[in-house]
Amino acid sequence: MANTTAGKGDFLNNLGRVYTIYTGGFIAFVIAMAILSAMGVPNRIIGYLFMGFTIVIYAAIGILSRTAEVGEYYVAGRKVPAFYNGMATGADWMSGASFVGMAGTLYALGYDGLAFVLGWTGGYVLVAVLVAPFLRKFGAYTVPDFLSARYGGNIARLLGVIVLLSCSFTYVVAQIYATGIISARFLGIDFSLAVYIGLGGILVCSMLGGMRAVTWTQVAQYIVLIIAYLVPAIWMSVSKTGIPIPQLMYGEALQSIAALEQAQGFTVAAQHATPFSHGGYDAKNFFLLIICLMVGTASLPHVLMRYFTTPSVRDARQSVAWSLLFIFILYFTAPSYAAFAKWTMLDLVASGLTVDNIADKAGWMLNWAKADATLVQICGKTAADMVAVAAACTEKGITGALAFKDISLNADMIVLATPEMAGMPYVVSGLVAAGGLAAALSTADGLLLAIANALSHDVYYRMIDQNAPTARRLTISRVLLLVVAIAAAYVASTKPADILAMVSWAFSLAAAGLFPALVLGVWWKRANTPGAIAGIIAGFGITVYYLVATRYGAVGFYETWHGFSSTPMDMGLIGQLKELTAALAAAADDTAKAAAQAAIDEFTKANGKGVAAAAKFVELKAALAAATGDAIAPASVALDKYAQTIANWWGVKNISSAAFGLPAGFIAMIVVSLLTKAPSKAMQDMIDEVRMPRGKQVMEEKTA
Amino acid sequence: MAEPDRVRHWSRTRNLMLVMMALWLFFSFIIHFFVESLNQIVILGFPLGFYMAAQGSLIAFVIMLFWFASAQNKIDEDSGMAED
Repeated sequence: MANTTAGKGDFLNNLGRVYTIYTGGFIAFVIAMAILSAMGVPNRIIGYLFMGFTIVIYAAIGILSRTAEVGEYYVAGRKVPAFYNGMATGADWMSGASFVGMAGTLYALGYDGLAFVLGWTGGYVLVAVLVAPFLRKFGAYTVPDFLSARYGGNIARLLGVIVLLSCSFTYVVAQIYATGIISARFLGIDFSLAVYIGLGGILVCSMLGGMRAVTWTQVAQYIVLIIAYLVPAIWMSVSKTGIPIPQLMYGEALQSIAALEQAQGFTVAAQHATPFSHGGYDAKNFFLLIICLMVGTASLPHVLMRYFTTPSVRDARQSVAWSLLFIFILYFTAPSYAAFAKWTMLDLVASGLTVDNIADKAGWMLNWAKADATLVQICGKTAADMVAVAAACTEKGITGALAFKDISLNADMIVLATPEMAGMPYVVSGLVAAGGLAAALSTADGLLLAIANALSHDVYYRMIDQNAPTARRLTISRVLLLVVAIAAAYVASTKPADILAMVSWAFSLAAAGLFPALVLGVWWKRANTPGAIAGIIAGFGITVYYLVATRYGAVGFYETWHGFSSTPMDMGLIGQLKELTAALAAAADDTAKAAAQAAIDEFTKANGKGVAAAAKFVELKAALAAATGDAIAPASVALDKYAQTIANWWGVKNISSAAFGLPAGFIAMIVVSLLTKAPSKAMQDMIDEVRMPRGKQVMEEKTA
Repeated sequence: MAEPDRVRHWSRTRNLMLVMMALWLFFSFIIHFFVESLNQIVILGFPLGFYMAAQGSLIAFVIMLFWFASAQNKIDEDSGMAED
């Protein structure tokens, strides 16, 4: 990349050539690694070379793109062509979770995992049609900047900053967590240490050059991650079907999976292609999740700010289309990746996998279990080593062949482990790890920049010191970036919840907090300041309450809201069920037993399954009350864990909490706007300007 | 810019938005309501309902966005609202 320093103009004119050379260089590097590997260089060294080489390249781009100009730092000088901005957005968007976790989720959830694929692509329709071109015309540096100008003043700005911080921070923690997992596995170092190494990789890209550096690094990262994703999928397609188009050939994979699943005695509900039957995703939750993910996409500040960097409104629209195309390439490969991986795994089991030959046939499983004890479970226990596996299986009475259901692989390891699972050479594993790292680093870069910009531009420059000189603004931005990054790395090193769940929280928070204010701000002139404030507070407030209370205060939430829950707590019915259960236990002979069971079935049919669930809650609560000494802690954990499964409103999963926040936000905003004064004539004229592509940006920044 | 142009530009823009939203609603949700009936149809090994969620709707989104970019551009040019 040395020739990129010659001058910005030269670089922008030669983008095609620069990135073609870069792609060729990367492929040559992969081939060199394959040759080294074949010559007997140990796997550990190959892993280090892959990670080291890619991080050095990103760092070099970051350093070459360093800048001291505000416009370059915040919006890359607004000169990024639509095509490259699309590629950068692709990398910005596809997180460690998409790369590492998505195929794994599809592997586990089958059809129901497709809610993620649909939600994370369809959202771009909303971005292109409703939001991005207008924000570009407006000409802000950050999303809260727009809110402040449209809804006059710092209250809207501050609320925007709060929403931005809460959704971006959970998201960035998930990215750093992903870099930690990948580095720990492929470099064989401790997870906490790996987290801080990943952090270093993120900082060199974003700190010196802001948006400009992040943009050109993200383009490079997209190229790495897409090659890394396609190679193993194509490889599996060739080895299983002989044709190198996995997206086309996985129809065949689906048929084979169905046949093998039948051989394994799967019920129809558990089969891969059956809709609305895996992981608690009924049709309602499936569609609500799609809405939350789509609307969240159209509200996430780190995505929207990418469209601030295009030269024109027209380019912004084209750029969204390019973004979706680049994202689509990965997302329509993911289901086939998952299907081929599942096929491979089912084949492995069907080939007569037993407790004794597992080390020979699937040694990779034991390696993964060694890296992180939670990743692989065989016969219901952590597969630490052969002895532990044998003990666990003997305990469960499994002696001969293992069944598919006896082996449980963590969703987050499927993509990274697939090359080993399918017997590919180690160089493919190294490539996939480099791709996962690129995905996580590029998203983390974008997010950290969004957070640091909101703090330095919106909070410091706009709200605290309007006269701050450029140099100080940039210094403050860099310091804040560092502080936020270290805080995120610290949180990640404590290993909170699983990656995908945390990322999905961010979508609900952004959707409910920002979407109504952004969309109505452009499309409804009557929307005014009090309306926007009410909308953000109502939408965001309800979403946060639902997310936090159902996860961290499930017992209290259930007791308060059990009437709205899918399992209402009706003490009368619970009492009846108790008597019936007691009758079953007391039944003397088979006839009495059958009669008692029939009575229970009759009762369940009449009153729903919820009564039994509520009864279990009451029972666990009584157990906690009765517990003393050391028994209190486990009883309390058991109660809380159970309460999390039933604490909800109308059965809506925690992950889709914007299902309540989003409508609440819209309603609050519309009602309050209509009850208060219409926006001023000047404001309405400004909205007209934003709607019209022609003409100058509404807001011109002081750049010097 | 003359005032009528501006009004007409916005009404055409809004109509295009409504068309896009209708298509979006169809490919995001409506088609998937019928997944179980569509799954009865199997093409190249794909149950059609599964295929629409895994690839079909995604392809539709991509095509929609490129079409939208050019359609909106045409509206801007017709009304003299395009950027130079």
